Order: sequence, then structure tokens, then C-alpha cells
Amino acid sequence: MINKVVANADEAVKDIPNNAVLMLGGFGLCGIPENCISALLKTGVNGLTCISNNAGVDDFGIGLMLKTRQVKKMISSYVGENAEFERQLLSGELEVDLIPQGTLAERIRAGGAGIPAFYTPAGYGTEVAEGKETREYDGKMYLLENWLKADFALVKAWKGDTSGNLIFKGTARNFNPMMAAACKITIAEVEELVEPGELDPNHIHTPGIYVQRIFQGKDYEKRIEQRTTKLK
Amino acid sequence: MLDKIGIAKRIAQEVQDGTYINLGIGIPTLVANFIPENINVVLQSENGLLGIGPFPEEDEVDADLINAGKQTVTTTKGSALFSSSQSFEMIRGGHVDLTILGAMEVSENGDIANWKIPGKMVKGMGGAMDLVASADNIIVAMQHCSRSGDSKLLSECSLPITGLRCVKKIVTDMAVLDVLPEGGFKLLERAPGVTVEEIKAATAGKLIIEGDIPEMKI
Repeated sequence: MINKVVANADEAVKDIPNNAVLMLGGFGLCGIPENCISALLKTGVNGLTCISNNAGVDDFGIGLMLKTRQVKKMISSYVGENAEFERQLLSGELEVDLIPQGTLAERIRAGGAGIPAFYTPAGYGTEVAEGKETREYDGKMYLLENWLKADFALVKAWKGDTSGNLIFKGTARNFNPMMAAACKITIAEVEELVEPGELDPNHIHTPGIYVQRIFQGKDYEKRIEQRTTKLK
Repeated sequence: MLDKIGIAKRIAQEVQDGTYINLGIGIPTLVANFIPENINVVLQSENGLLGIGPFPEEDEVDADLINAGKQTVTTTKGSALFSSSQSFEMIRGGHVDLTILGAMEVSENGDIANWKIPGKMVKGMGGAMDLVASADNIIVAMQHCSRSGDSKLLSECSLPITGLRCVKKIVTDMAVLDVLPEGGFKLLERAPGVTVEEIKAATAGKLIIEGDIPEMKI
């Protein structure tokens, strides 16, 4: 049994250097590594490239690291809902690479799976295709897209064990499993950390081989962007 | 003229029993409310859910369960959860039967533009490019004309393209139209109170009118 437990978020992220390339799990604010983001705000590391489907909102998620100007570049599929982001983009302070969501997910998956490139139809004939190789298969055109890898993945799971096995809940899984596989060092924060044997191996979503550090997070806010309920 | 609810109601008539459907944000999301009880469909959410249920009761709200519009939702009986890569494998692999989404412009050969307005804020394409590149059946829900009165049904899109030759059908506040494989908007139905002449005037691309055009039944 390999024990991957670190004490807390501060311990987990303390060696992330300036100019590191990070992947951060989450879709909107759902399934984001809240504790790791808070810890990075404290270390003050900067020049970061953040690969994440979204960029948080002004006062939560990656939006907090944009405010403190720790992010040099965002690689995302959708970055609405963030006024500070918009300001930095328009003023040229922030670089942004926008990628179709399925292509982003597959590029990350490919990074973890050892597949350097693949063809996808998404973006053919659009500005996304500029400068990319194209090829026809069965009468349809496809673009060549490369894998994405990074130095550190910051992922959030519901439950995990000390060996790094992870289980996600609801739609909070999203990009987390692929990111865990695509980085040299994956830091997993979980709501509940248990001993090996307590999680049913049949139910593991991310096997521990992909996780290098794990800790039980605290004070999860789990902010909701659009709270919608049944009309009375 | 139809309002947004009317457009959603008319599109709901296109929904076939036993299909898997991806609904975009806006009018497409409303379609779910008007699918008849006897039509069984499964709604796909790109963030990793098959079987989107209604909005939750106050005490059921779960931050870990949202749709692609980041709204809190529930799951239906028999639903399934998965990762973003598996979600887009379903989409790219052609397993989703119908995609309904909004648009800023559609061209007469089925090109769609719906992700970017140069010079204004660019929020990103999200999953739209993957969806339109892969779905066999795409219905667009939109207003026939922009707020400034310009036709959104054009011979060629003027805005940056999201995907080429992919839209099959369009339901607007004025009409139902098919996009023909050889090019052109074929007028199928008029909205209540809208004349063929008005639709002609509001359509900048090639409009094909054959015989009498019936009024929609909503």
C-alpha cells in the first residue's frame, strides 16, 4: 500500500513554482478544487497557465486567482460570467486559448493515455482550424489535435482513500478524472478520506495510480451559480 | 409571431419517442417542458449526465448536480453520470439522436454561427462546435431577425462560423423551415398571423416556397 496522504492543501501545493502549468477540475463551480485554490492564493505563486473548462466567477474559483493576477494564461472552452476576466483579456494582461469543450476533454484524456494526437470533426471550417492539419475520413473532414499535459493537476473528488483511489459525485466528475491522468503530479482533495478497503473497488472512478497526493479538504462552500428550483 | 414559449412548443412536436436529446441553453432548454407525456426521451447534459430531471425542490438542491447552463437540476429514474470526455464521446460518436440549439445566424447551406461576435466579448464556444460537427439531426431555435431587424437566415454567415453544413431544420418566431442538402431554406409552416410575404421579406437567404404554406398548429 502506498500512502499518499499529505496534511492539508498548504502542504499539497507548496512546491508549485512560478510559471507552472496547472490543470484544475470542474465545470462551472461544480467539482472545483476549492481548498487548493485557497492555498495557492496564500503561496502567491504567479505566472500560472491554468487549463480548466471555465475560469470561475469574479469572487470564487479561479476568478480569485485572476483577481490576484497569479494567472498568465487560461486554456478553457467557456469563460463567461467573469467581469475581471473580461477586463484583463481586453487590456491584454491575460492570454486566453479557447478550445471546443469536447476537444479540450479529449486532448486531456489523450495526454493521460499516451496518445499524442487524434482527429476530431469539431471546429473544422472555423477559426479553431487555422494552422491545423486536416484529413478526410469516409467523406467527412477532421482536424488533427494534440494531447495536453501539465505539471500539476488539482482535482476534487467526493471520497478517496489513502492510496489515491477516487470516487466522484453527480456532475462534479466532469474533467477531474482525465486531468488526474494527464499530469506529472496530481493533487486530489476529497470531502471524505478513508482507509484502503473502505471503498468498493467496483465503484472507483479514478484508480490511485493517477494520484500522487491526497488530503481531506475542509469548509467546502460548493457555491451554486444558478440556483433553480421547481416553481411553486 | 411566436414568443419563445411558442418556438419551444413547436420544436417539441419534432421530438421522437425513444430518443436521446441534447438541449442547448435558452429556448432549447424550454423544449423539455412541452414534450408530450407519451413520448419517452432521455436528455443529455454535456457536463456528464444522461437523464436530466426537473428543477429540484428547495430542500433537494445539490451543488454537485447541475446542467450545462450551470442550473441546479435533478436526475430521472434510470439516469447515468459520467466524465466530460465520455460525454463528448457520446456526442462525437453520433449516439445523441437530436441536438437543439440557438443561433445568431444560419446560412442557406446549413452553416451556423453562434459563438462569437468580433469586437465584443468572446465567451468561448463551450461544447457548441463539438455538437454541430457531430450531430446527424440539428434543429435551430431562434428569432427570424435580430433586434435591429436584420435577417438571421442568410446566403452566407457574416459572423465567425461554429460549424459547416450541419443545420437541418430551423424554427423561428415566424416560420418552420428545412435546410435543403442542395442549399436553400424550404418554407414548411407559417407562425399564426404571419404571411408568406412577411417571411419572404425577413429571409435574406434563398427561400423556397412550394404550394400553400400551412399555419403551424401549436
